[in-house]
Amino acid sequence: MTWVNDVIQGILLGGYYGIIACGLALMFGVMRIINLAHGDIAVLGAYLMYLLLEHWNTSPFIALLPVLPVMVLLGYFLQRLILQRSLRSGMLTPLLATFGLSIVIQNVLEQSFGPNVDSLGGQAGSIVTSAWQINSEISISALGALIFATAIVIYGALQLFLSRTAAGRRMRAAAEDPDTAELVGIDSRAVYARATAIAVGIATLGGLALALRTTFSPYSGPDQLIFAFEAVVIGGLGSSLWGALLGGIVLGIAQTIGAQINPEWSILAGHIVFLIVLISPRGGLLTLRSGRGMRRRALARGGAT
Amino acid sequence: MSLLAIDSLELRHGLLEAVRGVSLEVAEGEVVALVGANGAGKTTLLRGIAGAHRPAAGRIAFDGEDVTRTPAFKRVALGIALVPEGRRLFANLTVEENLQVAIQRSRPGRWTVDSVLEAFSMLKPLRRQRAATLSGGEQQATAIGRALITNPRLLLLDEVSLGLAPVAVEAVYASLRSVIAEGVTVLLVDQDFTRAAGVANRVVCMLEGRFVLEGKGSELTREQITEAYFGLGRTGVGA
Repeated sequence: MTWVNDVIQGILLGGYYGIIACGLALMFGVMRIINLAHGDIAVLGAYLMYLLLEHWNTSPFIALLPVLPVMVLLGYFLQRLILQRSLRSGMLTPLLATFGLSIVIQNVLEQSFGPNVDSLGGQAGSIVTSAWQINSEISISALGALIFATAIVIYGALQLFLSRTAAGRRMRAAAEDPDTAELVGIDSRAVYARATAIAVGIATLGGLALALRTTFSPYSGPDQLIFAFEAVVIGGLGSSLWGALLGGIVLGIAQTIGAQINPEWSILAGHIVFLIVLISPRGGLLTLRSGRGMRRRALARGGAT
Repeated sequence: MSLLAIDSLELRHGLLEAVRGVSLEVAEGEVVALVGANGAGKTTLLRGIAGAHRPAAGRIAFDGEDVTRTPAFKRVALGIALVPEGRRLFANLTVEENLQVAIQRSRPGRWTVDSVLEAFSMLKPLRRQRAATLSGGEQQATAIGRALITNPRLLLLDEVSLGLAPVAVEAVYASLRSVIAEGVTVLLVDQDFTRAAGVANRVVCMLEGRFVLEGKGSELTREQITEAYFGLGRTGVGA
């Protein structure tokens, strides 16, 4: 029964990783940008809520309401002012730009808030402490369930946006072939800025989830990035939207089962699963179909005088 | 006044000068065929007109307005549409979605998703299929439909018959003739000279980035075209 509980806890933990991974996968899928500042952006969102709660005695969920639009705007301008320029000079430059941004965010946060760990869990009320006791072995925490449900809602909403709305269709078109997208009247830069805005918005939700379930410090970002990155790779590297959530769940289960065997093995077990997937011939759970698509696209792009 | 006026346009791929200072005027309603060997610069010229390739020098005016620095997506709104070489459909989008994505900056006009599916009736049963699963002819029809849906005043067609079965080529040209009949200005590139000259009022032959021969399709002899196409007897050809 402990194993059943581990798997359940792993799935719930996977919901958190899924949220953190979602924006990373979106940016990679649409613009081929690996945003190394993704974790720090999530932590920045958490600190903005922390800042509000210092002056305003309310729940973190209320603090999210003003912080979310600010972060979304920040994402929009991040793309317009920094990433778009760096994209012009190849794959490597955005990687370096986001790496630099990561360091800047960490240092600004430490300058402003100090190096200590903080949490928003204390101000969130009973949701953090309550749980449903299924039997003597299995209990489901309300917060874990809420985070997991949020992940499902985020992925579902994004799926609907991409498949059912005109802006979503344009995003998929620009992701597949930005050059041709421009030729049919799509402003790729505007689409990219919108994608980054959405990614940063989702990262902010991830930041809130992080701040509620545990503690965070100005230097928590890189750890979140690694978990998000592992979830994206396990799920098939941005080739499928839900892959990142599935990858997050696999990672979560690996960590809880690893912890069950030996508490020190929790994170290590996740890394090992990640490495196994990385060296496996398929290189991701959901890559097979779209891997072919990408090759075909590469072929279609060749040959023009 | 001409709809499209190109003045000493130069387009480069790095150090390679693909288009070397060409000038061309296309009147409203005219159909111009651009012929030439592989590597003559035809595709680059079309991409330059559509805005996908930044010119190194020269000027492009569309309907009297200088569009030399206008990005491709804004030229679509002005009425320039390109059917690119190799179709370049969005493979993971359905036929219908491929048409829908072009609507954002389309001009008002008779072409909509429905009227395109009506005109290319073979696409109707395929509208919910991913573009990657279509045959070459169906993909080409979708690509032409995707350009038409923007209701262009100038339609640029690049190698529309390349890689298609003869029956499909026939179908593509049949639909093209009906589009031309509606008064759209067309600049088309095709390896098949006879077919291209068949629909065009004027033929322009390109060689190594320059125009080497120009005239009415019916007036040019096969020998003249062959000479210009391959650059034989260069001294006799006025550039």
